[in-house]
Amino acid sequence: MDAFWIILTGSFVSISCGLLGSYLILRRMAMVGDAISHAVLPGIVIAFLISGQRDSITMLIGAGVLGVLTTFLIEFLHKRGNLQTDASIGVTFTWLFALGIILISAYAGQVDLDQDCVLHGEIAYVPIDLWITSTGKIIGPRAVFITGSVLIIIISFIIIGYKELFLTTFDPAFAAAIDISTAMWHYLLMGAVSLATVASFESVGAILVVALLIAPPATAYLLTEKFLFMLILTAFLGIFISVTGYYLAVSIDGSIAGAMSTIAGLLFALAFLFSPKEGIIITWLKNRIIKKELSESF
Amino acid sequence: MGQLWEFLSFAEPNIRYVTFGSILLCSSAAVVGSFIFLKKKALVGDAVAHSVLPGVCLGFILAGNKNPILLIAGAFVTGWLSLVTIDYISARSKIKEDTAIGLILSVFFGIGILLLTYIQHSGNAAQSGLDHFLFGKAAAMVSDDVNIFGGMAFVLIIAVALLFKEFTLISFDVDFAKTIGFPVKGLELVLTTLTVFAIVAGIQAIGVVLMAAILITPAAAARFWTNNLRKMIFLAAAFGGFSGLAGAYISYIAPAMPTGPWIVMVISVIAFFSFFFAPQKGIVMKLISRRAMAHQIQEENVLKLLFQLGQEDKNYFQQRSVGDIQARRPFNTKLLLSALERLKKQGFLEKGDDRWQFTQAGQKKGARMVKLHRLWEVYLTRYLRIAPDHVHEDAETIEHIITPDLEAKLEKLLEYPVKDPHESDIPYL
Repeated sequence: MDAFWIILTGSFVSISCGLLGSYLILRRMAMVGDAISHAVLPGIVIAFLISGQRDSITMLIGAGVLGVLTTFLIEFLHKRGNLQTDASIGVTFTWLFALGIILISAYAGQVDLDQDCVLHGEIAYVPIDLWITSTGKIIGPRAVFITGSVLIIIISFIIIGYKELFLTTFDPAFAAAIDISTAMWHYLLMGAVSLATVASFESVGAILVVALLIAPPATAYLLTEKFLFMLILTAFLGIFISVTGYYLAVSIDGSIAGAMSTIAGLLFALAFLFSPKEGIIITWLKNRIIKKELSESF
Repeated sequence: MGQLWEFLSFAEPNIRYVTFGSILLCSSAAVVGSFIFLKKKALVGDAVAHSVLPGVCLGFILAGNKNPILLIAGAFVTGWLSLVTIDYISARSKIKEDTAIGLILSVFFGIGILLLTYIQHSGNAAQSGLDHFLFGKAAAMVSDDVNIFGGMAFVLIIAVALLFKEFTLISFDVDFAKTIGFPVKGLELVLTTLTVFAIVAGIQAIGVVLMAAILITPAAAARFWTNNLRKMIFLAAAFGGFSGLAGAYISYIAPAMPTGPWIVMVISVIAFFSFFFAPQKGIVMKLISRRAMAHQIQEENVLKLLFQLGQEDKNYFQQRSVGDIQARRPFNTKLLLSALERLKKQGFLEKGDDRWQFTQAGQKKGARMVKLHRLWEVYLTRYLRIAPDHVHEDAETIEHIITPDLEAKLEKLLEYPVKDPHESDIPYL
């Protein structure tokens, strides 16, 4: 049963991240996703210190606000300060992440977080932290419900805003022409990314969440050219990653989140080599056949 | 305070080692980072920094203990591999570079975490302290480490000093470097190798997670203070060195704290201060100078207008109300009033019951503005063959930035014309 809860949580997390990541990589904002996932850390810690518990709404809001603020700050430094984009991303998120780690070390006694948790989460503890009602009834692990609700929020966000997100991603000029606010959908998307990051934080940590944001959609992107299909494929890859990641981690007694990222990377490598349309091996074989045909025809 | 003196007196040899080691590590990383920054590869640096973790772990698994040489070798191999993979993926598939960077960064780091947790659970007692590579611990360096890492930093600085001209060229103009026959590919290879070297050297003090900051942030901060590359690199090294010193000190007084985040905090504070308050380039300073410029333009426009009105009425010292001025040119009332008040303070105008008039100095300055405007109109029509009805707009902007030097040259070039293209008189003093 424990394995089931862990895999379920892992799947919720990787589906949420993967769906949003699809938009990020197509908008060439993969590194902004990376920056947000690092930068929400101080928001989480501060909300922790204020509310004193880890599953509060305060925490989600605190981190969400900080995530959007990060994107503001990156753009502000870029536009007003003339700092190149890569440096403004790099400077901003390392600073906020450092702040988060310092806060954790300084309030080690008050904050129920440690540096390990920041780096690779503690998804193995999911089944221990149960949600018990006031009448004493055990409903199930708390994390399952939190990540599950976030997944529902994100899926509804994508369904409701599908057309707007699609247009602002692929053709911002056209979107602007038919009165869709690209800025608003940009910040909504960033807000959603922050939300997914915070919800995944406890399970997989701040850095490995980037693997779930980027690797599954990048893999799907190599396998299909239809966007809707890419989203669906990403979701299935997410589930596959949590199942195999869990058993890999158990078999060598290592971090589950680390194993999930390893599998995610492995799947990408497979797609990169063997994708029927784009794969390196396939392209190489095709080129060889063409060369042969050419040399025979002369 | 007592602790600070104790620290700065370097009485303990260990403090001496650790401090000089940290300063050397951070400043050498900042020197190499300056070129990474200029080549706009900041995030690649971040990816490499994360990617050395699996190498460190593999080195440990091979050696069975924390043998610095094997750890460094491992780190070097995976750091390098990550760079090659990023380039390969973005060159050979439709995956964009930013996605490739994020992918390699997180996957390599994930593999590193998997290996690290595996080592930690394996019960090998020698592994304790391996996690210091994550967030850095300057104080955990023993004299052997300091010798090795410090030596690497020293080599880095020498290498950059020797190849300074070449690196400058490939950072600013790769095509030109190719044209004049520099071995660009080879030089980029050397620079990347030095980057990986700097990262591997720095991980003891800063840790893999935040190593990118010490590469990029000092350079970004230094860039706001100067346009001269040499000065920028020295400044970046100084900023980096200072944060290394601060980190070593914090490691000394607060053993529970990881050093890396504090070093990053110090350097980030320096950077944000630079972004906002550096003279000329800082955001706040730019706002201030833009405001001053806007004020100057408003003031000069008012003086010019009063002079033109005076020229028409043949009375420069007539008192005029705000309404009189606005009848000629619709200034915003609030801006006009504040400009008038500033001009009074500067001694160019006098005020008598809500009406304004020139002082001698004000009339002179107004005359000069009109003269510059009209001289420029003459210049445009005569030398650029622009139609007289098209020259006003351009003159309207240029008149505020013509220096006395340029003014003299214009007068001489145009041979002191008396009429502008619209047949108005050009006033000379």
